[in-house]
Amino acid sequence: MTAAIRGDEAAYAEFLRLAAGLVRGLARRKLANDRVVGPEDIVQEVLLAIHTKRHTWRPQEPVLPWVFTIARYKIVDVYRRNGKRVFLDVDDFEEQLAAPEADEPAVPHRQLEAALTILSDGQRRVVQSIAIDGRSISETAAAFDMKETAVRVAFHRGLAAIAAKFGRTT
Amino acid sequence: MKTEDLIQALKSDNRRQRPTPDRTFAMALFFSVLVAGAILMSTMGVRPDFLAALGTVRFPFKFVVTITLAATATVVFRQALFPVASRRPSAILLMAAPAILLVGVAAEMLALPSEAWAMSAQGKNALLCLTVVPALGVVPLGLMLWSLRQGATTRPVLGGFCAGILAGGIAATFYAANCTDDSPLFVATWYPIAVLMLGVVGAGLGRLVARW
Repeated sequence: MTAAIRGDEAAYAEFLRLAAGLVRGLARRKLANDRVVGPEDIVQEVLLAIHTKRHTWRPQEPVLPWVFTIARYKIVDVYRRNGKRVFLDVDDFEEQLAAPEADEPAVPHRQLEAALTILSDGQRRVVQSIAIDGRSISETAAAFDMKETAVRVAFHRGLAAIAAKFGRTT
Repeated sequence: MKTEDLIQALKSDNRRQRPTPDRTFAMALFFSVLVAGAILMSTMGVRPDFLAALGTVRFPFKFVVTITLAATATVVFRQALFPVASRRPSAILLMAAPAILLVGVAAEMLALPSEAWAMSAQGKNALLCLTVVPALGVVPLGLMLWSLRQGATTRPVLGGFCAGILAGGIAATFYAANCTDDSPLFVATWYPIAVLMLGVVGAGLGRLVARW
């Protein structure tokens, strides 16, 4: 994480993978009987929260308590939100049945995909390309005939908008 | 969306680092003091006999109380900014200023005959105190809530409450420099109402703005 803060992308990905593994174990245990929220939804929520709040980790403090605190906060948050949203989720699900996507990702992330719809067209296709189709920034730039900087900006703004949506209370 | 894809996406978004909560808080505190001070000086100013009053006992005592309040609120607020507190948020610390004030009240009750208590408590500026302290505290409260939002509090209501108390401590410190009611009886009657107004508003807003 220390290296990641300095901008080491590989170290950051490694750290996120480690955190994902820990949170996955935690989520599986906590959500054993829950069919609405999958453990992977939780893992992704927590990773996104870790990402948007990574400046709140202080280099001198141990990183695991920090990760677990964020995870616990987010799990409670997901529970609370789902308590209110269970029926909405059923509607969403029916809509998805009516119009299935051609290439269904292995684990659908309802909230991120719902969040994608709030973005402008330009941001959406960039975020979609990088976050869901898994293309790199340069591949995306080539695909849409954009400059790499423009892709980065659109991607960053898109993520920021999604983060803002996640942060909002329902 | 696969988790590994998300990791790849987040990885390439790791360029810009946001300032630490400590830094945003320091900025918020600096501008809070600046703005509250500027508003007081440009409207009411300090009381005409400010320097002479510093030589008395009761006038400086008001600052002991308000500055203690602001300082303790700062400590608790900073602990609430982080998901993992360096120490457990010790909200009990917020009781330090009220405790000091109560000692002052007891001393004042010994010093004054009981017929004078009601008049001292009522004072001349009660309504002004209840208006000016919240008014001076609005901008600090906004800045503190902003800094709370930049952090990652797991206690949004406590954090918002501390933001309000801290804003109230700053506002009360400046207002005390103008107010000519120095009796601890007056301070204990009206200042807490004004400060708690900010605290309650802060707690309510904290729940809304500091969730993440």
